[in-house]
Amino acid sequence: MTSTFPQAINAALHAEMKRDKSVIVLGEDVGRFGGMFRCTEGLFKAFGEKRVWDTPISESGFIGIGLGAAMTGKRPVIELMFIDFSLVAMDQILNQIAKTHFMSGGNARAPMVIRTQGGGYKGAAAQHSQMLEALFLHVPGLKVVTPSNAADAKGLLTAAIRDENPVLFIEHKQLYSESGEVPEGEHFVPLGKAIVVRPGKDLTIVSYSFTLTLAIKAAEKLAAEGIDAEVIDLRTLNPLDWDTIAISVRKTHKLLIAHEAYGRCGFGADLAAQVQEKLFDELDAPILRVCGEDVPIPFAKVLEDASLPSVEKIVERARELA
Amino acid sequence: MAAKAGPPLNSTLLIGLYRQMLILQHLEKRLMELSQQGILRGSLHLATGQEALPAGACSALKKEDAITVTYRGHGYVLAKGCDINRVVAEILGRRTGLCKGKGGKMHLTDIENGLLGANGIVGGGIATAVGAALSFHIDGADRIAMTVFGDGTLNQGATHEAMNMASLWKLPVIFLCENNLYAEMTPLSESAPVTELTKRMAAYDIRALRIDGNDVMAVRETVADARRRAVKGEGPTFIEAMTYRTCGHYQNDPGTAYRSKAEVAEWQEKSPITRLRQQLDESKVNGLKAIEDGAMKVVEDAIAFALASPEPNVSELKEDLFA
Repeated sequence: MTSTFPQAINAALHAEMKRDKSVIVLGEDVGRFGGMFRCTEGLFKAFGEKRVWDTPISESGFIGIGLGAAMTGKRPVIELMFIDFSLVAMDQILNQIAKTHFMSGGNARAPMVIRTQGGGYKGAAAQHSQMLEALFLHVPGLKVVTPSNAADAKGLLTAAIRDENPVLFIEHKQLYSESGEVPEGEHFVPLGKAIVVRPGKDLTIVSYSFTLTLAIKAAEKLAAEGIDAEVIDLRTLNPLDWDTIAISVRKTHKLLIAHEAYGRCGFGADLAAQVQEKLFDELDAPILRVCGEDVPIPFAKVLEDASLPSVEKIVERARELA
Repeated sequence: MAAKAGPPLNSTLLIGLYRQMLILQHLEKRLMELSQQGILRGSLHLATGQEALPAGACSALKKEDAITVTYRGHGYVLAKGCDINRVVAEILGRRTGLCKGKGGKMHLTDIENGLLGANGIVGGGIATAVGAALSFHIDGADRIAMTVFGDGTLNQGATHEAMNMASLWKLPVIFLCENNLYAEMTPLSESAPVTELTKRMAAYDIRALRIDGNDVMAVRETVADARRRAVKGEGPTFIEAMTYRTCGHYQNDPGTAYRSKAEVAEWQEKSPITRLRQQLDESKVNGLKAIEDGAMKVVEDAIAFALASPEPNVSELKEDLFA
């Protein structure tokens, strides 16, 4: 059936809450109101006030409370309205949650999901537009999931909720208005499995989240010019599906990495380092990146657009490689 | 304290508490020696003078109750029922430790015994305890959470977010504040304009009591009452337990630069262990020598166990990152 991205998230939440009564939802405006982006609509009515908790605006507090609940048998799914707000809760996320299993030698677990939303193109300016996945990939202990479409949103969220580890699940605000075919009933997409969304032979474009949709459009334009790009949707950044990347690079010998987050010390920089360390002899050209510019996201449309990836920017960089 | 006319002492209970406090006192003495010998790595934060708090508070809890404590919380870890051999092994970084040597002294964790973690971050574990209380509240269980922290923690933002929600939702949690008058080396009066910490709880409508934290029975009874109220759905209690750390903040701090000798000496006189011993003597409780010897032996055996235990294998480095 055709669903919007928020409807797909909502379907996964409904199904998992019904399947497992240890699943609880916490966050700002998630209960009676149904969530700023409608992802938790109807949950309060269906499951009641002991399962769906409207919290005060206290990100550090309710994320930390999620940890305590997770350590004592619950599976909290926390809605963090904007990923930018994670920065007031970093002690809880990176010092407490990410380290719980390791520091305890495995005797404590933190099976919890922090669902959050990031990304630009909406005129939301510097504190409501960022993609901050690199911060959470830098510190070990979190799984990081970045769906690019409604079907994956449902399948990956189902997998995230059932995972025994803390998962940061990053939705992109541009995708909330997208619709797609979403399988009805149970839909499970395993964490750590990338997918080749467009096979090609001339170069590999690795991307995820909203930028993936730009990469697909770029590949179509490149095809019209006779450049055959292979496009990989990583879906999960940790665990990373290295094999799918390596198979593709061995085939095309050229790699372009496209993401919206800042380039400096970003995911693409780390992936480029891994590829040149392990596959140097396979490469016929330098690894290139299309990333967000290293500036706070500006407000004015012309400046914001200039700071973020676009189909044209991806096409341009791909041409340099091909 | 002079013996007053009143109900007879529950000598079995008092002896148990006395023993628990002696174990902590002797363990701290030995850990300091091991630190000075370079056998114990990293920082060591002792709680000399505050022994009544872990003994009294944990004696009022059930095994199923959850606690979070600070990097100075080893006394609670033991009093909550964690195996002393595995605790000491963890403190000495051994493979047989509670956390296989991966957490160390500041991150002692033992889910089996309700220890959700000591913490290296001031205020880091407050929300964790409130989250455990949320779990117990949802389940309608006869379980509560207790979080222990110092006076300095009340100046950390995360603490207040968690307290606000705990009171809003009437969660079964006890906030046990060890007010030892100093946050590290800075006096409370130089950290906050309101030094009577119970007053700060009015902002959250949390029931707040100030007690003598060196009176082990007062600690026990206050925590027991707070626990009863918590499981009945009456919400959290904040206990400001007045006490004093007669040692320094950590192993290299003699604790003299920011406090007068007279002040320290005065509190040494008020040692909860000396005080309880006097009470037991006055009540003519027999067999204390055997209790004292027994407590020392438990500690010595644990240290011997830890020292004889292997270090972790390097091959275990990347294990336990994910479940």
